[in-house]
Amino acid sequence: MNDLAMHILDIVQNSISAGAKWIEISVIENLVRDILNIIIKDNGKGMSAETVQKVTDPYFTSRTTRKVGLGIPLLKQSAIQSGGDISIESEVGKGTTIRANFVHSNIDRPPLGDLANAYVLLMSANPELNIVLNYSYNDNNYSISTEEIKEVLDDVPLNNPSIVKMLNEMVSSNISETQYLVNN
Amino acid sequence: MNKIKSLDDLRKMKQNLSSELSIREKSNNPDKMVQIRVAMATCGIAAGARTVMNTFLEKIEKDGVPAIVTQGGCMGYCYAEPTVEVKIPGKDPVVFGYVDSKIALDIIDKYILKGELIDGILPVNYQTIQEKI
Repeated sequence: MNDLAMHILDIVQNSISAGAKWIEISVIENLVRDILNIIIKDNGKGMSAETVQKVTDPYFTSRTTRKVGLGIPLLKQSAIQSGGDISIESEVGKGTTIRANFVHSNIDRPPLGDLANAYVLLMSANPELNIVLNYSYNDNNYSISTEEIKEVLDDVPLNNPSIVKMLNEMVSSNISETQYLVNN
Repeated sequence: MNKIKSLDDLRKMKQNLSSELSIREKSNNPDKMVQIRVAMATCGIAAGARTVMNTFLEKIEKDGVPAIVTQGGCMGYCYAEPTVEVKIPGKDPVVFGYVDSKIALDIIDKYILKGELIDGILPVNYQTIQEKI
């Protein structure tokens, strides 16, 4: 994985496979506290305590097409190499929360990458789910959700390519503005 | 095109777009559209599936190709990622392997628009999982 946005793209697939209807992606960057946290919360089918222990094992997977599952192990590796770690909380029938913490200034921390694009791709490929994005940079926040966008779009499908392009532009300019406000 | 920043801007742009959209596109009947499914599991993403998906979306937007792009999971062809499944209505789905931006454009120009087969099709006897059961 080249950047953290790709990890997000990947980990959210787990929530989708778990049948989640609501997924919340939070990215918290705070330069004062020197942290970058990623939290992905869903209301999917959840996991038992026993399964939670096993998911960081690369040889554990719920799929049947192959024997390895590297999504969470790779995220864990990225987090640990940048002075952080991951934690998973899950309850059967309720959902799962996965947190990955990174030391912002660590030289081994992968760059955030194109978060807006990752979010918009997830949303347009899964228009029936409500995917929420919360981005915060120091104390500035930006939030957007599939529900809000659908309300605006009305009868135009979310996966229409022109709409995807517009959404990409919208989310990415808002994310850069959130960062710009702090840096200037 | 003006820059879109808020949901209000999006609403305005959508109104312009709404009139251009054909009824077929609005109803978004998946049976009549070409379905392009980009495999986006760990293996696919690590191999560059995101770039491929963006290329498809840009091309479809630019040329008005009657297709929708969705994401799929891993089909077990991790060695050949990024893989893309293309289902043209009335035809069997075809899986292309080792797809990059250039091949993605070829898939649209040659396979989808002209019906020519191109190199890189994975197993010839490919079936979806549902058909196998």
